[in-house]
Amino acid sequence: MAPVTQLPAARQLDMMKALKEAAFAAVVTFGLCIPIIAWGTRQNLDNVLVLDPRWDAVAWAVAIIFVGRFLMALRQQKRGEGKSVVRLLPHGTIGFFQRHSRLFSLAGLGFLVTFPIIAITLAGWGGALKWIDNFGVQILIYVMLGWGLNIVVGLAGLLDLGYVAFYAVGAYSYALLAKNFGLSFWILLPMSGILAAFWGMLLGFPVLRLRGDYLAIVTLAFGEIIRLILINWVEFSNGYAGISGIPRPTFFGIPFTAADDGFAAVFGLEFSPLYRTIFLYYVILGLALLTAFVTLRLRRLPVGRAWEALREDEIACRSLGINTTNTKLTAFSLGAMFGGFAGSFFAARQGFISPESFVFMESAIILAIVVLGGMGSLWGVAIAASVMIGGTELLRELDWLKQIFGPDFDPTKYRMLIFGFAMVVIMIWKPRGLISTREPTAFLKEKKAISADMVQEGHG
Amino acid sequence: MTTPPLLQVEHLTMRFGGLTAVNDLSFEARKGDITALIGPNGAGKTTVFNCITGFYKPTEGMITLTQDSGASFLLERMPDFRISWKAKVARTFQNIRLFGGMTVLENLLIAQHNPLMIASGFTFLGVLGIGGYKAREKEAIEKAKFWLEKINLIDRADDPAADLPYGDQRRLEIARAMCTDPVLLCLDEPAAGLNPRESHDLNTLLLSIRKDIGTALLLIEHDMSVVMQISDHVVVLDYGTKISDGTPAEVQADPRVIAAYLGVDDEEVAKVEAEVGL
Repeated sequence: MAPVTQLPAARQLDMMKALKEAAFAAVVTFGLCIPIIAWGTRQNLDNVLVLDPRWDAVAWAVAIIFVGRFLMALRQQKRGEGKSVVRLLPHGTIGFFQRHSRLFSLAGLGFLVTFPIIAITLAGWGGALKWIDNFGVQILIYVMLGWGLNIVVGLAGLLDLGYVAFYAVGAYSYALLAKNFGLSFWILLPMSGILAAFWGMLLGFPVLRLRGDYLAIVTLAFGEIIRLILINWVEFSNGYAGISGIPRPTFFGIPFTAADDGFAAVFGLEFSPLYRTIFLYYVILGLALLTAFVTLRLRRLPVGRAWEALREDEIACRSLGINTTNTKLTAFSLGAMFGGFAGSFFAARQGFISPESFVFMESAIILAIVVLGGMGSLWGVAIAASVMIGGTELLRELDWLKQIFGPDFDPTKYRMLIFGFAMVVIMIWKPRGLISTREPTAFLKEKKAISADMVQEGHG
Repeated sequence: MTTPPLLQVEHLTMRFGGLTAVNDLSFEARKGDITALIGPNGAGKTTVFNCITGFYKPTEGMITLTQDSGASFLLERMPDFRISWKAKVARTFQNIRLFGGMTVLENLLIAQHNPLMIASGFTFLGVLGIGGYKAREKEAIEKAKFWLEKINLIDRADDPAADLPYGDQRRLEIARAMCTDPVLLCLDEPAAGLNPRESHDLNTLLLSIRKDIGTALLLIEHDMSVVMQISDHVVVLDYGTKISDGTPAEVQADPRVIAAYLGVDDEEVAKVEAEVGL
């Protein structure tokens, strides 16, 4: 009898319990706020640092947390234990997208191909530059980097915290070889990829026996070593000053200049810097699609299956005759190769590179894109890259918020706050990333997506 | 004997620091036989397996595998993946090691990694879509289907392996090992955790592997019903040393085996034998 009588009691809302939970959260918030929010620092006219107490802000933060936590606790009680509190999308939305993934892929591809035209139509010739360059090209670079790292982290399950090193190798390969030897972009693009792949193998060899945290630390160190070499070997890389005046890519030999033999003149068009941007956009789109195509192909080939098997169980792989050394090295070098492609494109697009562009933060962002998107999922990575990079750029566009919050309000200052908030939300809502189910690479009757609970994350 | 045995283990010793897990062990497994390796817990059975399949490098000793073609391999000198690939020795694990997040079919395809790798031109031709990879993959799927039918899992081919019940996972692991076309299949406690009916099915499967495929089996087992019913030859280990070797009936009657299993003095063996009805 006891369980039956207990049941309705459990359904009733326990105000005290919710209040206690909210109070606890509020106390934790208060503790955290004291060092971070409670005092603002400011220099007064005598150049003396003054502390401004901001207890009103602390009160607001604590109050928001208290009320929010209270409501969430009540909601949790109503729904019963174990169910997720937050549901951002109606049930089955992601399943629906996955069932029609082919259709959405084609639609997405169509949008990407026509994006410059859409941008020009909507924003005009003057305004389109910003959209194609800051949004289109910038997002696609990170999509490509994400897809490249996805091979290492998502498929092979090897945690790589120094991926930006390969991006740097690609960028410096292009910059140095183009500047010193005058080789063209189209020769140097595959060359930078090969050089980066070579460095990937070089990193791969010593870390073959490492797993998990140890692998993460060594790859992190490798990323830093490459950056420190670029800073300190001044004769080679010009140190902090970086390399400027890197030759820009040409349209198969025709430069994008206002000169008589420039792109606009040759094709009888009026000169506009937009042509180069549109060309770059299609180059990076092509490179990103190449990465996606190769990844999709490789997953269906023995090497791709071996990567995923390695992520699942390395010992079982060895018992089945899979050379795990070669399998890991191919994952490292292929991932690095795509990073190198992206790097050489980056150098060609910017015209200037310095070690500043290849700090650990970049590695962290790329890894965050892969993890938030869902390890192994191309769609997830693409969505995460668009949101994270596009979101950052979008904050610059929010000038109208100044009319609400006053002229001092700078939305880009809140970038990291929003970033962190988004990460917390994803980790609560979808701990294995946006798209966490795994698609099988072969099937007899029916292709069933595999739930993330069964798929291993890899041990490094 | 004119032809050498399929697997010949000679003076195998494995030490971990001061601990001697296997001490001067010699035995052989003949072609077409089911050889069982038994012994109390901690006797060193799994260590012997790990030495044969290359997961450990033995401290001393020689392990020779001679294939039908006459090719012979010194297993103690080969890295683990080459033992599976070249010498054709497959194994299963005591705690099942399937690729849980991959489908049953994918598990069987990964086992055919090396021939498929060659068919895909070491990936280079496969990425470009040239060469006979597609046809070769179809054959691999056919082979997987053959094994799925044999272990009655054809209806679950597209389900993740972690979703299968325990007994099915055991059988799938055996099928996966068989997909590498082994001449010798090493099974580490295949009947552990199975109910009597599943255990009976397992016996049928193992006998069929020997009869229809011609693969020799080497198995570690605690379940005496499996050992005594299907094995042709039993090797008994205790504290890393071989204490008995022979047919199931001979081993069963060996006083040293009884002593090792029941833990009695040699003088009392006769009494114990009478008690257990031998």
